[in-house]
Amino acid sequence: MAAALHERVLARWSSAAREAVIAHGTLVLVVDPEVLVEVVGSLKREFGFDMLLDVTAVDWPGREPRFDVVYHFYTTREFVRVRIKTQVPESAPVVGSLLPLYNAAGIAERECHDMYGIEFRGNPDLRPILLYEGFVGHPLRKDYPKQLEQPLIPYRK
Amino acid sequence: MSTPLPNPIRPAFGPDERAGTTVVSIGPSHPATHGTVQIVAELSGERILRADVHCGYLHRGFEKECESHTWHNLIPYVDRLNYCSALINDFAYCDAVERLMGIEITPRCRYLRTLLAEYSRIADHLTCTAATLMELGAMTAFLYLVMLRDYIYEHLADLTGARVTYSFGRIGGLARDLPAGWLERLEQILREYEVFVGRVHGLVDRNRIFIDRMRDVGVLCSAEAIDWGYTGPVLRSTGVPRDLRKDTPYLAYADLEFAVPVGIKGDNYDRYFVRMREMDESVHMIRQLVERLPPGPISVDDRRCTLPDKHLVYTEIESLISHFKLISEGPQVPAGEIYSAHEGANGELGFYIVSTGDCMPYKLHVRAPSFVHIGGIHRLLEGYQLADLVPTFGSINMIGGECDR
Amino acid sequence: MSADVPAARHPGALEYLTTKKDEFVGWARKFSLFPYPFVTACCAMEFMAVSSTPYDTDRFGAALPRFSPRQSDLLMVVGTITHKQAPVLRRVYEQMCEPKWVIAFGVCATSGGFYQNYATLPGIDRIIPVDLYIPGCPPRPEMVIDGIMKLQNRIAHDRHPIITDSF
Repeated sequence: MAAALHERVLARWSSAAREAVIAHGTLVLVVDPEVLVEVVGSLKREFGFDMLLDVTAVDWPGREPRFDVVYHFYTTREFVRVRIKTQVPESAPVVGSLLPLYNAAGIAERECHDMYGIEFRGNPDLRPILLYEGFVGHPLRKDYPKQLEQPLIPYRK
Repeated sequence: MSTPLPNPIRPAFGPDERAGTTVVSIGPSHPATHGTVQIVAELSGERILRADVHCGYLHRGFEKECESHTWHNLIPYVDRLNYCSALINDFAYCDAVERLMGIEITPRCRYLRTLLAEYSRIADHLTCTAATLMELGAMTAFLYLVMLRDYIYEHLADLTGARVTYSFGRIGGLARDLPAGWLERLEQILREYEVFVGRVHGLVDRNRIFIDRMRDVGVLCSAEAIDWGYTGPVLRSTGVPRDLRKDTPYLAYADLEFAVPVGIKGDNYDRYFVRMREMDESVHMIRQLVERLPPGPISVDDRRCTLPDKHLVYTEIESLISHFKLISEGPQVPAGEIYSAHEGANGELGFYIVSTGDCMPYKLHVRAPSFVHIGGIHRLLEGYQLADLVPTFGSINMIGGECDR
Repeated sequence: MSADVPAARHPGALEYLTTKKDEFVGWARKFSLFPYPFVTACCAMEFMAVSSTPYDTDRFGAALPRFSPRQSDLLMVVGTITHKQAPVLRRVYEQMCEPKWVIAFGVCATSGGFYQNYATLPGIDRIIPVDLYIPGCPPRPEMVIDGIMKLQNRIAHDRHPIITDSF
């Protein structure tokens, strides 16, 4: 069942994708940021991927483009997952928001923005969710030192 | 005391935006929000018009911490995600790494992991139900359920050494096998379970006050639930029978016979009842697993991840070197990435791991069900009374460690 | 305070009375602790366990939680405090009235635990004074009870002046 769905998605989108592999049983498509929303819309409407599981990013400093923005989708009818990746440079880390398609994107994109600094164009609410107002920087980037604290209250003694 | 303290959040709406309404900040140090969530609510009298939910007060930097620990050393961090059912986190993580490494665990390990995962799920549902009932005022039910949960904690302490956060999973197996007498005590606890939970059902199920407070409060419809990313008991309470243990079986779930309880309206009462029925199903599964537990080794005999036997370490040089490398560097996971999800107590608990072949993960991301649920919880609060916030929030079972990671 | 009885004629009489008063007040205060459970993380599970059967803090008089800082005197910081949560903890501490005691419950509250990163406060004593540290991840209920008993001993032997320094 999963294999048939993979075939159909590949038949539709492998030409537009930069890369299309099946890794550990999951179909992975790497697409350009410009076509991301179109691809995801098609996955939702034509292939039944009705649930957005997760939005995250991976930082590859030294590689250009620097960030991989990674999305996972699930279909509750055929129980298949798919991973969509898109690559954005450090100078312009902008992708289109998936909020019009999935409401679950709201909070997931907020977290990704907090941790990596990825801008989601079209998401009106990118306030810090895990971090706090006044925190400077994006901690999950590889160049943010793990122990660099930014205390809100000065320490005693 | 004279210098004002900084406000860590920026609310979505200010206090004087609309006439006739009051804006209150509920939390983050509040018993109803379990200490780590702040809800800025605009009220008209007692009715919540708008709710702006802020989590992140327990963000402990899990992902960043994991990037500087070896694959085994970060298992205690993984434990403390959903700390109510810590073993499920352990096994979901170990499973993801094992799939990335291409390791097949032994049958006994598969069955034991399933058994312990279901045992942990019972502990989690007990905690959630007990907390919700206590917040509604049913202190007796809380004491019954926490007493039962204490039996489970002591029993797991006999096996793992710890009561709450166990660090019991290992890549390729488990830390140790069952001690003598463990399964007999397990059956005793399951019988105590039936007694205590039977009493709680009697106290609460057809209680007028409970029904008035929970029925038709916090209603979620199934299409909205899927759109907002709800999984687990919350999704099942809306009538959608999606359960990863049944849909894409992993561990030993394919060999077991169990039902997937669903609700009818998606309100607080359904969420409570789905959890109670899921506990019954877990007990049923545990009994089947105990009956069919296969003998054999606990950890797979693979030098990439399993420590060799002590007598070999003392006599053979290869085993000594292997032991040394596994302790100091840990397993070497081949380059690649994987997303592997288990059915946690709150829903789909997924681990997205990126490895570059090093002894530490390059990226370890957790798809936490509680975090995604918090994204949509304002829909369940708006339009209801302020007092309804208490059972609604409790029935979503937001666990801070998992939500904020 | 004015001495009604000159010290030369009755040496120690006033001291005897104030010592007895301190003992009585100490006894009353130690057995009627109203904890404010500032609960955040995994230690909450052990906090719930120690408040219920079979460990029961009610035997020690420390069972009734008061979720308002104005009504409580024992601030139990249970679980990890992050930098985001720190202003909240500081505000709650400042809102409590004297006499007040603070318990750091668990290693995360004591020293940050094994979270040494940008997000976690390395111990609550960086922002508020702590009277008792209970280590453990999470501590067994018996350890918590031992800690509460130690705190009660301290309260019993403490001085309880009528007019305090911070007035």
